[in-house]
Amino acid sequence: MRAALPLVLGPVLFGLSFGVFAGTAGMGALAAVVMSATTFAGSAQFAAASVLENGGTVVAAIISAVLLNARYIGQSIAAASIFPGGRLRRFLESQMIVDESWALSGRSGRFEWAILVGAGLLLYVLWVSSTAIGTFVGDALGDPNDLGLDAAFAALFLALAAPYLRTRKALRAAVLGGAIALALLPFAPAGVPLVAASVACLLGLRR
Amino acid sequence: MSDAWIVVAVVGTFTLVFKAAGPVFLGRRQLSARAQSVVDLIAPVMLVALVVTQTVGGNEEISVDARVPGVAAAGVAIWRGAPLVVAMAIAATVTALLRLVAQ
Repeated sequence: MRAALPLVLGPVLFGLSFGVFAGTAGMGALAAVVMSATTFAGSAQFAAASVLENGGTVVAAIISAVLLNARYIGQSIAAASIFPGGRLRRFLESQMIVDESWALSGRSGRFEWAILVGAGLLLYVLWVSSTAIGTFVGDALGDPNDLGLDAAFAALFLALAAPYLRTRKALRAAVLGGAIALALLPFAPAGVPLVAASVACLLGLRR
Repeated sequence: MSDAWIVVAVVGTFTLVFKAAGPVFLGRRQLSARAQSVVDLIAPVMLVALVVTQTVGGNEEISVDARVPGVAAAGVAIWRGAPLVVAMAIAATVTALLRLVAQ
């Protein structure tokens, strides 16, 4: 639990603003809350809502969100071995994988089930409830990025990446992955740079 | 079914399956040494890619704005051994102040 405390403010503010934003995008309050409860991945939810708000098609909204979340395939494979119990339990607990819980749970260099599920559960409750509140509050709320929360999350990922980068092999792969993501940013739709970056993991095949 | 509900249902289903992919289909099966060395690189590669997209990502563009000095300051703090919360607070403070000044 304590490990997740620095993460509380972000999801609450972003959850609130997703609730507000979904309203302006004409999604309806119930659909917004159900999306937070089933998709549970902020960036994809914002992406889908913003496509709808800008008059995009259903297919475009789906593709952008699905591409953004494709990174979870890699994350769930990386953490696969820590989930105990039968298939149903593993299925349910695997839904607690989000960037923040996943990244935090690997901070000792080995993924830890208690951190992933504990932090994930806390984030889940905050995310769904703050979305619900956001749909009522409406526009009273400012932009959470005025508080620099977007930069704070980049710093979170950087701090969690740092311990991995001590071996030359990991450092080389990470630099290549970062370069791929950067090179694709101006051209590819959101989500694609992250998925393409994972090609750099194939450097692991080299001896 | 309205457009919004179709999006909610389809995106939700894909995401459930993505997140379950490893734990449900792979489980605790032992990977070969070569596969394991690929999987071991997912964390560093994905985390650094997230740093890149979160720091300079825009709407299909590279956007160098107040986030960059904030994350750079946090990077220095991390380098010098600052705890996670402190690094996040530094990034948020620097970026928020720059945005305030720019307004």
